[in-house]
Amino acid sequence: MQLEMSKAEAGKLLDACIAGTLPDARGRFGPFGGRYVPETLVPAFERLERGIAEHLHSDEFQTAFRNELTGWVGRPTALTYAPRLSERWGTDVWLKREDLAHTGAHKINNAIGQALLAKRIGAKRVIAETGAGQHGVASAAACARVGLPCRVYMGAVDIERQAPNVDRMHRLGAEVFPVESGDRTLRAAIDEALREWVTDPSGTYYLIGSAVGAHPYPYLVRELQSVIGIEARQQILDLAGGLPDAAFACVGGGSNAIGLFYPLLADDIELIGVEAGGTGSGLGQNAATLATGTPGVLQGSYSIVLQDENGNVRETHSISAGLDYSGVGPEHALLQAVGRVTYLSAGDGEALAALEELCELEGILTALETAHAYAAAKAWSKKNPGKRVLIGNSGRGDKDMPTLTQYPVRKANDAAA
Amino acid sequence: MQPHERITAAIGAANEAGRTALVPFITAGYPEPDAFIATLQTVAEKGDVVELGIPFSDPMADGMTIQRSSFKAIENGVTLAWIFDRLDGAGSIDTPLVMMSYLNPLLAFGYERLAKRARETGVCAFIVPDLPFEESAELNDALQKEGIGLIQLVTPATPDERLAKLAEASRGFVYAVTITGITGGDAGLPADLADYLDKVSASSSLPVCAGFGIRSKPDVEAVGKHAAGAIVGSALVEVLERGEDPGNFLDGLR
Repeated sequence: MQLEMSKAEAGKLLDACIAGTLPDARGRFGPFGGRYVPETLVPAFERLERGIAEHLHSDEFQTAFRNELTGWVGRPTALTYAPRLSERWGTDVWLKREDLAHTGAHKINNAIGQALLAKRIGAKRVIAETGAGQHGVASAAACARVGLPCRVYMGAVDIERQAPNVDRMHRLGAEVFPVESGDRTLRAAIDEALREWVTDPSGTYYLIGSAVGAHPYPYLVRELQSVIGIEARQQILDLAGGLPDAAFACVGGGSNAIGLFYPLLADDIELIGVEAGGTGSGLGQNAATLATGTPGVLQGSYSIVLQDENGNVRETHSISAGLDYSGVGPEHALLQAVGRVTYLSAGDGEALAALEELCELEGILTALETAHAYAAAKAWSKKNPGKRVLIGNSGRGDKDMPTLTQYPVRKANDAAA
Repeated sequence: MQPHERITAAIGAANEAGRTALVPFITAGYPEPDAFIATLQTVAEKGDVVELGIPFSDPMADGMTIQRSSFKAIENGVTLAWIFDRLDGAGSIDTPLVMMSYLNPLLAFGYERLAKRARETGVCAFIVPDLPFEESAELNDALQKEGIGLIQLVTPATPDERLAKLAEASRGFVYAVTITGITGGDAGLPADLADYLDKVSASSSLPVCAGFGIRSKPDVEAVGKHAAGAIVGSALVEVLERGEDPGNFLDGLR
């Protein structure tokens, strides 16, 4: 569901978004965003906001950040042409390879950026939440890199389905704190991290993993992740000789999608975010927040939320832990409301088939989250032959092996059927 | 008298009678929805003001006890609309009621309807733990039209200037959170509690009620020396969870 908005109003908001003047002083992306946090955390958020104003765009910080992205993360990540996939789909397919970033996903861009910021604002320790475990691993690595202790909150359900990442976090020196409350997935992990932060608002830095939560997090995460779109835009101009006709990214909270889309907003490119369609369109069967949710306040910001008529947040389902979330970043809610980005969903089965097809044809094992973007890009390609497609390959699928081994390997021919 | 002034008056009356005002908190409809009104009546008889918790799926400022009670109540079908309907049929409860709710259930209910139903059912004010002052104008405006208060929370982390602003904006009483943390802690009250509560009391003409971590008679006595009232939440919900008599427990706090 979308908020009612006139065409003129939508146009003005999109212009503001492109001009970089959103969020506004109150942390709003149009009607969305804001800061809905317990009073105990208000001074901590104000301190973070001051820290961002002082450091984020300073030469000193930007130099340190770029050096880490280049020397430690391994940026720029490649833009890969996918010839066999292109032949199969009938479009020219280009992949932005965030799976090649250190620790295996785009999450590291944000994690190292925030860890550098945490140091500069005097944090003594870092807490983070994780769903698929990729942000937990990235946070653990980034904290080791800058020398801060790190505790990661992770739902008990996710600990089970992402076991390899739990072990990686331990080895990178982080403490993994199992969350047994609520739905025992990402949303419960965020609630628990917030509870912990409330007990030590001055010494603890909360390193949030997606473009969600109270202001200034959606802004901060977007700024740190925009490197994806900035690089991809230049690379595709250099390598393909022009911009893509469409760009696809999967959307859970929406950090890789905002990172890819934000630098492309002013271009004539169709932007498509892909949420988790799960096993069906029924309540609790998916995590297609933007497609089926309604406006509400969850975990600090006013955005679109999967909720019942009483305002209780609904549990979700997705085969991919990283998309299994009832909320979505407020900037995505705005981009949907103003009609700049289209949000679709792909189901568990479609994602699995897409993952297999990419393995078979291009030798890339992508993350289950990312596979949702491929499923939608493939469907779009069938209707738009000859066009150029950019896909945000947000992470690698090694962490999904415990889930994938439950499904027999099919041949790409079957997957294509 | 406006509804929110009833709260202030009830706390004042307790203090004039030489008592610390007692503000018991229960999660509405917990543990059994059918027993809601009976439990409320028992608690209202012992308390000077009663705080009713509205169950929510993501209670981020609450510890395990209130989380559990909240999830159980949701499972049992307890909603804001249901609570108001039950209050309609409860007959007169003289003790002023305060609702503690996260913002999203209030948003879903609609602010104007909320204020109207509150006025009709004896709910005099709201406490919204995830609604900081800066985001509160819209709800506050709707509540004010019906004379319903929005109670501001202050915490040990609140800077002095901000404290003055929050105390000024509050209605009914000022909620002084005793600890830097979530509800239901058992670490005891902080050593510098007296100074903190004195500071909050000095900041406002409204009575100050202290909450979080108040579990026993000595706790109530300790905060009573420096605040007008004591809010008892998780400890009372634990009593309900164990199936014990909330009246006896509250008598024991006096």
